[in-house]
Amino acid sequence: MLRAEDYLVGETAWCPGCGNFSIRESLSEALSELELQPHNVLICSGIGQAAKIPHYIRANGFNGLHGRALPPALGARMANKDLKVIVESGDGDSYGEGGNHLIHNIRRNPDLAHFVHDNQVYGLTKGQASPTSDQGMITGVQVSGVAVPALNPLSLALVLGAGFVARCFTGEKEHLKETMIAAMQFEGYALVDILQPCPSFNKVNTFGWYKKRVYFPEIENVQDWSAAMEMSRQWGEKIPLGIFYKSSRPTFESSVVALEGEALAWRSFDPLSVAHVQNEFL
Amino acid sequence: MEVNILVGGAAGQGMETVMNLLGKALVREGYGLVYTKDYMSRVRGGHNFSRLRIAGGKPWSTVESIDVLVALNEETYNLHREKLVPSGRIIFDPGHFTLPEYEDRGVPVELQKLAEEAGGKVMANTVAVGALLVLIGQQGETVEELLKETFADKKGVAEKNITALNSGMDAAARYCSACFTLPPKNESEGMLFIDGNQVLGMSALASGCRFLSAYPMTPSTGVMNYLAAKSRELPVVVEQAEDEIAAINMAIGASYAGVRAMTCTSGGGFSLMTEGLSLAGMIETPLVIIVAMRPGPATGLPTRTEQGDLEYVIHGGHGEFPRAVLTATSHEDAFYRLNKAFELADRYQIPVLFLSDQNFADTHRSVESFDFSRLNYNRYLAEEGQFEKPYQRYRLTESGISPRILPGQFADQVVLVDSDEHDENGNIIEGAEPRQAMVDKRMRKMPALAEEMDEPDLYGDPHPETLLIGWGSTYGVMREAVDALSASGVKTAMLHFSDIWPLPQKRLRSLLPAVKMSCCVENNCTGQLASIIRRETGLLIDRSILKYDGRPFLGHEIIAEVEKNAES
Repeated sequence: MLRAEDYLVGETAWCPGCGNFSIRESLSEALSELELQPHNVLICSGIGQAAKIPHYIRANGFNGLHGRALPPALGARMANKDLKVIVESGDGDSYGEGGNHLIHNIRRNPDLAHFVHDNQVYGLTKGQASPTSDQGMITGVQVSGVAVPALNPLSLALVLGAGFVARCFTGEKEHLKETMIAAMQFEGYALVDILQPCPSFNKVNTFGWYKKRVYFPEIENVQDWSAAMEMSRQWGEKIPLGIFYKSSRPTFESSVVALEGEALAWRSFDPLSVAHVQNEFL
Repeated sequence: MEVNILVGGAAGQGMETVMNLLGKALVREGYGLVYTKDYMSRVRGGHNFSRLRIAGGKPWSTVESIDVLVALNEETYNLHREKLVPSGRIIFDPGHFTLPEYEDRGVPVELQKLAEEAGGKVMANTVAVGALLVLIGQQGETVEELLKETFADKKGVAEKNITALNSGMDAAARYCSACFTLPPKNESEGMLFIDGNQVLGMSALASGCRFLSAYPMTPSTGVMNYLAAKSRELPVVVEQAEDEIAAINMAIGASYAGVRAMTCTSGGGFSLMTEGLSLAGMIETPLVIIVAMRPGPATGLPTRTEQGDLEYVIHGGHGEFPRAVLTATSHEDAFYRLNKAFELADRYQIPVLFLSDQNFADTHRSVESFDFSRLNYNRYLAEEGQFEKPYQRYRLTESGISPRILPGQFADQVVLVDSDEHDENGNIIEGAEPRQAMVDKRMRKMPALAEEMDEPDLYGDPHPETLLIGWGSTYGVMREAVDALSASGVKTAMLHFSDIWPLPQKRLRSLLPAVKMSCCVENNCTGQLASIIRRETGLLIDRSILKYDGRPFLGHEIIAEVEKNAES
């Protein structure tokens, strides 16, 4: 069994105090506890500070284009259903640039754990508003304050029928790790929105700001969609953490006939084996 | 000796059903034919038509002249009567409209009424096929056989259609029986009746493509339809993506994780894909992209044809990276060439673009059955002992090609790819030296790739005075033009490109200086191939014959232009 530190590689390029560190550590612990071998894990990311994670975790990595972490993850699941695929990116990448992929992959319900590093700001491009920035937040571009309401990723995911919807905070590392484990064990699309501070560019939603607000509500029935929806809408003075909703439905993979049997990547092929297909044109 | 049939009507009237049934029956009988479609971007109304040319040997393209006009509405008669030969015939439904009194070529067949009598007006097209068969002197057996095959699962439907077919035959026989003589049959048996998109779909399947993600876009959708139809019985996954951006990124992900993957689109969709194309170039992941061209810019003419995106696919995507561009010239060639695209993509770990167009995609031809043993399936993956551990995805090598393994293939070995510039491990770098080393590594593939390109096909007089140059789907019509020009005494040949990028240059360099007149024939407005030839070789092409009205070239148009050029 690999220890958590065995999954850590590379020299990080994050600012001191960045929430990404906690996410990376929690992920390494989760991978270790699940006894997942690095070569059987694939982390797909887009672009942004969070999206650098494939360089810092020992696993297969696909550090693709901005906003496009989900499509290659789906493609990889089709090619090799034995890979444990994790999608990890920031709020701008997952909810802004990649919004269309988010919508349609929640509908598809592939077996992916999607960990969104949500710091409510654009870090890599130095401090512009993200889709989850609170209304009124002043930035170098949103000079009069963010004019539009923030996107609520958890409500959105619930409305779209996501089977696993959770919120974590980097200041609650044990809970973060446990939630990551649950998300990776969940069969189907699992969204974990992880609140994290950006000490360099988000001077509003600081570590202390979150710490003061987050709490763990009593969740009586994790299959109660309406209760989950209500919880997802709480924001402001009190911010709930936890797995709000968990309920399985058939995965995308289970609907794909060609995926029955051995993973496609390992199957041999001979063109002559399909020569009969031209008979329909005779 | 040949017979040309045109079936026209409004969208939704079922011209395709007529042509598919008749075409397939005639090919099964052994006749050589070509069937092209001219249709509007709408599902009802407007004016659509299809042409079917039955000719001896190997007909390549359809012609304007019409022997039998099947006018499913009055507009069709009005629009096409000028091209109907004096001895021609018009099949029409007198219950629907009447021909002018002076028109004595009519063969009235009550298509709708006879269909209803047989069991439903939906069979009006079968009645029309019956009438057509009689006019060209054919029996009904083969069509009956096809109807039975088509409706094998639907009880009673085949029988009703056969009744409809026979009533169409009886009705037409009162006016004109065997007024047209078909050309001799082909000698080879077992000919296929197939369109371009089906050829490409079948080739992809037989090349071991396991994953296609695409967003529907005319005229490429037929490829997706073909593979989707096969996905229930054979191990291929077809996913309709939420947009073309997702389509290409999914395909890249599938390829990275281990299967041959492809996407298909047309110009507008390709525009959305160009960032993904650049990603495939950067992370050196094999990918095949079929771009079925239609006239642009923007939405352009969705159901028409053009060769306007050659320069675009050669240059599309930001940054510099190696790629290959191959094109669909004929059904016979495209089947093997798309396989080559997959092989090149895997061997060189690059994106390969395969250019088709509406003219190729939608044209049915009779072709000899394909030899699947000529197809290759080599993944060029490294085996144990062929790479150093720990594995480095971007190991610097002399050829520029790094040993490739798949995620999960070897215990403890991981595969890291990055759209950022990276080092041999795949980790982000920004240093000047490693950057340059990585660019050089990627671009080192180009010389070997250039050697893989087939020289353009040379057809016609071995010592031509007039040399036509073309690429892609103009192959057949140019060939017929060369034959006609040669027959009229002009020493003509054509040089026709299938593999087009990196541009194969040997034949150009040996032939061009020796000819009196060189002439690029292109279905675009700016003469893109001529520009590429000039840029890559410094050789000037004398003339260009360009057509960009959204329609494919007709043989007589090329001939007339060449003759005009020769006179001036």
